[in-house]
Amino acid sequence: MQMAREQLLRAYRQMRLIREFEERVHIEFAKGDMPGFVHLYAGEEASAVGVCMNLDERDVISSSHRGHGHSIAKDCDVGAMMSEIYGKGDGICGGKGGSMHIADLSKGMLGANGVVGAGQPLACGAALAAKYRNNGGVAVAFFGDGAANQGTSLESINLAGVLKLPLLFVIENNGYGETAAVTWHDAGGGNLVKRAEAFGMPGVQVDGTDFFAVHEAAAAAVTRAREGGGPTVIEVKFMRYYGHFEGDSQIYRAAGEVEKWRAEKDPLEVFRGKVLTAKLLEEAQLNALDDEAVATIDNAVAHAKAAAPPALATLLADVYVSY
Amino acid sequence: MAIKSYRQALNEAIAQEMRRDPTVFVIGEDVCGGTGAAGEKEAWGGAMGVTKGLFTEFGANRVIDTPISESAFVGAAVGAATQGLRPIVELMFVDFLGVCLDQLMNQAGKFRYMFGGKAETPVVVRTCIGAGLRAAAQHSQCLYSMFTHLPGLKCVVPSSPYDAKGLLIQAIRDNDPVIFFEHKLLYDMEGEAPDESYVIPFGEANTIQEGEHVTIVALARMVHFAKEAAAVLRKEGVNCTIIDPRTTSPMDFDTILDSVEETGRLVVVDESYPRCNMGTDIAAVVADRAFHALKAPIKVISAPHTPVPFAPNLEDAYIPGPDKIVAAARLLMKR
Repeated sequence: MQMAREQLLRAYRQMRLIREFEERVHIEFAKGDMPGFVHLYAGEEASAVGVCMNLDERDVISSSHRGHGHSIAKDCDVGAMMSEIYGKGDGICGGKGGSMHIADLSKGMLGANGVVGAGQPLACGAALAAKYRNNGGVAVAFFGDGAANQGTSLESINLAGVLKLPLLFVIENNGYGETAAVTWHDAGGGNLVKRAEAFGMPGVQVDGTDFFAVHEAAAAAVTRAREGGGPTVIEVKFMRYYGHFEGDSQIYRAAGEVEKWRAEKDPLEVFRGKVLTAKLLEEAQLNALDDEAVATIDNAVAHAKAAAPPALATLLADVYVSY
Repeated sequence: MAIKSYRQALNEAIAQEMRRDPTVFVIGEDVCGGTGAAGEKEAWGGAMGVTKGLFTEFGANRVIDTPISESAFVGAAVGAATQGLRPIVELMFVDFLGVCLDQLMNQAGKFRYMFGGKAETPVVVRTCIGAGLRAAAQHSQCLYSMFTHLPGLKCVVPSSPYDAKGLLIQAIRDNDPVIFFEHKLLYDMEGEAPDESYVIPFGEANTIQEGEHVTIVALARMVHFAKEAAAVLRKEGVNCTIIDPRTTSPMDFDTILDSVEETGRLVVVDESYPRCNMGTDIAAVVADRAFHALKAPIKVISAPHTPVPFAPNLEDAYIPGPDKIVAAARLLMKR
């Protein structure tokens, strides 16, 4: 918890913004005027923010289906993200990507990904580029417990180890690969950090409801990577608050598990408790950030709803740089 | 003009671009060879020897051996390309694209469109195609049609040392992802190619010879069979135009259509499987846009709808040869 007040405020602002974004998308999606598939990150905020607060503009992240939180944590424009999810022309991808393809390469956000496990090789490439240029940059591959079983994950962890790439593999273990319990879909019993040992690199398992634990683990891994020490696996454990996708009946869950978690272990409440108990921040400051997040998302939704769809001419644009 | 092999021409193209542009590097299985082993460095220089010498000149940071892990290293090349580097990734055989297809089909080829025109992915995937080495069903396919099908990718199929060098330099400088298909029976083929650097633009077919009776369109090794066939036909008074599209995406349909307007007869020779291949694609476009000019049906000559067989007699029968081209042209001349 050795962080400046500015840093603490930034951490809470971003986590609250992600939460508000996701809670609002949940509500708006149910109204039926948001096209396509959305996969929500609520409950997992401490991972994206705890890791990305260690990054700077040199650094690149890859993401998963569940990419809204990573995008916000890597400073993508929230209004443009909301417009994108509504399929509007001023969306972050011009309305041609949608929720599963939010990307902003200028911010080092290499894309959410519609293919489970596809981001890990790409993150290897971003890390390779940083190593090639010797600029101290690092890459982070965020992926879920489900993706941890994809060949691309295991291949990428090995490749990164062999080439000593400056890379963090952040396995976000939210308990479910789609509908399947991690204790079943991982033959090793759900402790995915064990992947690290097999490939000869450090592995850390952290409580994903504790921003400070995530931040500390990521800080050590980022420092090591920047200094040429190679990759690290970090397993972050928490609870996914919504379904695999919006519309998922979630009948596979134990009764009341999310409600219980929200009441006892919510990462935003954990953060509030810690900083207030230690008198690092005041309650009014945190409440102001709550209000700020609501206003930001209100504006984003209002703007996105009113925005024009992409011009029809863009259907044929930007397949190639030149053809 | 200097005489060099297809392999040398490719090697020269890569070396010259690496000297010119520090963002160009080579990555793949055994592109150096012997990494971590006790014996000699640069043991292979790629499975086909195309990258031999590059490690010695450019070092380990720019000639990067990888584990046998196609999804990871092809994807890493794609990822590095999004960060402003120009990776040349070697995939040992085109058949292995099956294990890393996602990184090309769903990632590299879609970033620019899916991300609203803001991504550039200047990666080159070099791979080898073709039957004839008795390498059997999983090391002998052509598969360029599969990649031509996919928006966002460019596909290059050179048939000569001259084209191999000029097209590869263009591929490296190109700002879109390019799949570069090298025919494994052409690596030792020699031909004229300048020592200095030059580019051949994509989407410009090469008209190898002109004749008024039949248009033959062929790719890669089939170009050479088309030449053999045309020599036989010439003795019979049948003069052929031979067109090598050189790139299948983009495809220079105009040159083919202009020729068919003159000859009224078209034979397309494609070493790949017969369904949904370049032959059927070209035939469909010609039927649509130059039907009025046709004096006879379009003939597509391809391999049969079977995996590539191993036994030499079966493989020889599998590969479309000059005889089939001659027979097709003769048939068309009767119409």
